[in-house]
Amino acid sequence: MTETLYERIQEERAKYPPDSRSAVMPALRLAQDEYGWLSPEALREVADALEVTPAFCKSIASFYDQFHLAPVGEHLVEVCTNVSCAVVGAQQVVEAFERELGCRAGETSPDGRATLRTVECLGGCGWATIVSLDHHYRTHVKPEDVPGIVEELRGE
Amino acid sequence: MASSGIDEIVLANATTDLAEYEAAGGYQALAKARTMTTAELTEELMASELRGRGGAFFPTGRKWSFVPSKEQLPKPHYLVVNADESEPGSFKDNEILSRVPHRFIEGCLITARTVECSNVFVYIRGEYSGPYEILVGALEELRDRPDIRGDVTIVVHRGAGAYICGEETALLESLEGERGQPRSKPPFPAISGLYAAPTVVNNVETIATVAPVIAMGGAEYAKLGVPNTRGTRVVSISGNVANGGNYEIEAGMSLRDMIYGLGGGIPGGRELKAVVPGGSSTVILTRDEIDVGYDFDSLGALRTAMGSAGVIVLDDRCCIVQLGIRFAEFYEHESCGKCTPCREGTRWLTAILRKLEDGRASQADLDLVLDVCDRINGKCLCPLGDSDAIIVASYVAKFREEFQAHIDQGGCPYGGSSSLDHVLAPVAMHAHSPAENVLEAARG
Repeated sequence: MTETLYERIQEERAKYPPDSRSAVMPALRLAQDEYGWLSPEALREVADALEVTPAFCKSIASFYDQFHLAPVGEHLVEVCTNVSCAVVGAQQVVEAFERELGCRAGETSPDGRATLRTVECLGGCGWATIVSLDHHYRTHVKPEDVPGIVEELRGE
Repeated sequence: MASSGIDEIVLANATTDLAEYEAAGGYQALAKARTMTTAELTEELMASELRGRGGAFFPTGRKWSFVPSKEQLPKPHYLVVNADESEPGSFKDNEILSRVPHRFIEGCLITARTVECSNVFVYIRGEYSGPYEILVGALEELRDRPDIRGDVTIVVHRGAGAYICGEETALLESLEGERGQPRSKPPFPAISGLYAAPTVVNNVETIATVAPVIAMGGAEYAKLGVPNTRGTRVVSISGNVANGGNYEIEAGMSLRDMIYGLGGGIPGGRELKAVVPGGSSTVILTRDEIDVGYDFDSLGALRTAMGSAGVIVLDDRCCIVQLGIRFAEFYEHESCGKCTPCREGTRWLTAILRKLEDGRASQADLDLVLDVCDRINGKCLCPLGDSDAIIVASYVAKFREEFQAHIDQGGCPYGGSSSLDHVLAPVAMHAHSPAENVLEAARG
């Protein structure tokens, strides 16, 4: 186990009452940032650092959409397809990403560079279509913007 | 953000910089609050008639007054701010946290003083990385300012993608490190909330309004707006409008003016078809129902609500059955699974609506939709399932001919030209459950 992850989890624990399990979400986030996804090994590390069981950690991780229980690409591309984005063309944006990345929504591109998925409302409805690139929002995205965005991801 | 023609209160003097905020009078309301007793502060909020901006519209001062004093219940008190804004159509808290983080923090500090607490938790939705970084940056600026912070610690806790955590008791469960599933009430959070201690849970916009209320005085604030809905509201306008965005309005402004004035009307020469007035969970309004004030009583007379102020404008290309499917998929996906009527009912609503859309439905299925709605509504611990039931029932009630046309024509009258045609919902990607795999294998 990397010393820093363990230490950072302890820092999170210190923000909450000592007998609480409140640090489980921040700890899972730290582990996911470290490894890209929450593998059984990663869950065990979190469990050890928090003195809980891996099964408990998985029960929490599986409840929330942002935790990945399977490997994902280097980058995460999330397109909102709730109503406000959908009525101004979110589906066309999804399809443009599918073409450019060479994978369907819910899959990772063959070069492993990016995982594409559709998500529920991201809270940027008036600036539709919202695309979250590695958790930072691009607003007013149109299908014609997609090749440039994918090129950006590949260039990094 | 364009101006709505009034003096902004919540979004005024937008800055993320502490020095600029202080130069514009920032943290003076906090200084004033420190000269007042907790009873006086609660009294001031009562006088302002401020009501919760998260959706339930509960009077803020009254909520605070329910918290027992330290003598009555000697436990730590908590203030939890609900920044889990996830209601489809609402993005106002995103704007407030991003543009006026210090006004929000000042509200936290005044509220903490009022309810005698020194631990504040801000539960912010996991997707809001941008607002999170701005808020953490603003708190960082206060690190060397004990004169402002006092003895209050503010912890920003990030969610991880679950709409249900916007429900206050589910939020508390999540904050305690559990899965975000609602608790049964009573006890209410004011008596037994976070860590079973007295807890006040308020929305971001409510908290961001506290400092201005103290600064200007409750009575002065209550001069704005209309009876039962005082002051301003930050409204989120989205969908088929020219100028989507957040606008701070005086309560009571007409919905028509919001859509055609602030929103700039419907682009592309299209006609208005319907409006979702307060986020996905509110009863829909037809194009003939928009000459209504944006306030509690006026919208209540049409049996709908301001909710979390997410105004979604829909033009004449929107198939209402598809609208029902898209929102029903959302509620199905976000149901936490605790109560059976919601867990099962939201799934059935999606299935039957899809049958209608695909032209496989019989007349009896239309009645079945309403029957399922009735079997969800009011039968669960929280309002998530109710929202699905209420809105779908409202679509059937107000657009019955369109539902009937799907049955009569054996499919969608829009024939593939609806603005919501073939939209891929996230729920479609969650169909790979182990149970499904087993059933699939059994089917051979």
